[in-house]
Amino acid sequence: MMLTALGKGGKFTVLGIWFFFTIFPIYWMALTSIKPKREVNDLYYFPNEGATLESYRILFRDYAFGIFLRNSLIVSLVASFIVIGLGLLGAYALARYEFSGKPQVMLGFLTTQMIPGLISLAPLYLLMQKLGLINSLIGLTLCYVGGMVPFATMMLRGFIQRIPPELDEAALIDGCNRFTALFRVVTPVALPGIAATFIFSFVQCWNELFLAMILIDSEGSKTFPVAMRSFIGGYWIEWGGLSAAVMVGIIPTVIIFGLMSKFMISGLSAGIVKG
Amino acid sequence: MTATMHQPTRKRAASTTRMLKALAFLAPAAIMILIFVFYPVIRTVLLGFQSFKLYDQSNIGYNGLENFRKLLEDPNFSRILTNTFLWVFVSVFFQFTIGFSLALLLKKKFKIIGLYQGLIFIPWALSGFLMGLVWKWIFDESFGVLNDALLKLGLIDSRIPWLSDARWAMAAVIIANIWYGVTFFVIMILAALQGVPKEMLEAAELDGANRFQTLFSVIIPYIRATLILIVLLRIMWITNFPDLIFGMTQGQPAGRTHILSSWLIEKLTLDADWGAASAVGLMIMVILFVFTLFYLMATRLEKDSGV
Repeated sequence: MMLTALGKGGKFTVLGIWFFFTIFPIYWMALTSIKPKREVNDLYYFPNEGATLESYRILFRDYAFGIFLRNSLIVSLVASFIVIGLGLLGAYALARYEFSGKPQVMLGFLTTQMIPGLISLAPLYLLMQKLGLINSLIGLTLCYVGGMVPFATMMLRGFIQRIPPELDEAALIDGCNRFTALFRVVTPVALPGIAATFIFSFVQCWNELFLAMILIDSEGSKTFPVAMRSFIGGYWIEWGGLSAAVMVGIIPTVIIFGLMSKFMISGLSAGIVKG
Repeated sequence: MTATMHQPTRKRAASTTRMLKALAFLAPAAIMILIFVFYPVIRTVLLGFQSFKLYDQSNIGYNGLENFRKLLEDPNFSRILTNTFLWVFVSVFFQFTIGFSLALLLKKKFKIIGLYQGLIFIPWALSGFLMGLVWKWIFDESFGVLNDALLKLGLIDSRIPWLSDARWAMAAVIIANIWYGVTFFVIMILAALQGVPKEMLEAAELDGANRFQTLFSVIIPYIRATLILIVLLRIMWITNFPDLIFGMTQGQPAGRTHILSSWLIEKLTLDADWGAASAVGLMIMVILFVFTLFYLMATRLEKDSGV
């Protein structure tokens, strides 16, 4: 409003500048990734006829980036599905039941949002060591589920609360129990909210670096960010390969986000968010 | 007689079944949270007062405040605190201001608004670590595009050592962080703005309020509680966001671009000193806790803040 006082021209200038600032780093990485190897350090701003996908080929031929991507995909998808399952159950109880101790339970869920995830790194390593789940994608998935569940539960609760309770009451009269009412009646109606929560969880897991870095050390179990970390080891960085790798790493989240940004925007603001 | 005696028992029984049912639904999530969120907190508190070096596991044991003493004596400690402060407040200030302005501009629909929002919201979905690498490449002294563009535009005469000079490096990571975090504010504030009742805006217009007056006396007071809350959440989140620094500088040069949380990561990985890392973690928690208390007192957060 303050800025619309500038008039239409001013408004679109500001939006244009911000657009440029936002997109440029990604554009620059994309451009670097298709420059021929000997031109990587040359500062030109538009692709020329030498543009090549060589850097991408090297990534998958000389390094096991296919495996890293697969690992990341498995962990993020499985963790997010479990998170949605557990989150829906918990959210349903918090949205539909009145019981003594409920305020305390709610407070417990909210408190988790105040706890920095970083302090869990060492304890989770020690825990996974005891369970024999170091270097295991199962261990990593479990940790991600634990980290994402509180937030997902609160977010899903917000969506379920917006659905009129008469809907599941009708289902109960029609012979559903609470459990089947949740999955047959409430879930389909809450689907946009569930999609938003799922994407949020997927993006968080996909991008998570430090826990994966600590828990996973063996080449075959590395997730994408961990592989990137070892890829840049040492002082010398090969920017051609690196920029291609960055592009490969961000494409999945960009595609998912692009497809679902409408859900995301309403979803994120519905359950005030951590990330 | 029997009926009146029965009534309370039945009521209590009903409320117990209801509670048991609710707990059954809640149990799986609650168990995961207890194991993976609350247990680690307790373990960290213990670790913070222990000597625990990963590569010297024969010498594990309680050592009182030794970890904290060593941290406080670190020559970089006061710099790290200052950096943390700058990192959080400069970033949040610009993220908020830019985010608020963009949200106001995006409130009224225009033709390609969907596409525009989709594109400028992209940073939110990207890995902080990977984007740290991207910004490192942009800020590179010799081959970075920023120095090249500034030279070509005639804004500087010689290349700026963005990431090897500690002062510039701190500015560089904060610029990258502003880039990264504006999206969050746009999304949240846009949602809050859409919640302002149209009648209130119309009434303000009828009363002859101009745009500034409407903004400051109608819109901001209406969404004040939400604003206070998202700023607080963001401060906490950014304090614990070392990913970008980890990708860009890893605390270099000479540990002078560390913030508390990136220092924690260094203690954890490079030094493998988990006692020290946990002690840093505890410091962060205590600082955030105290800050939150003051923040809430200062802003007198209303109860109905839209959580």
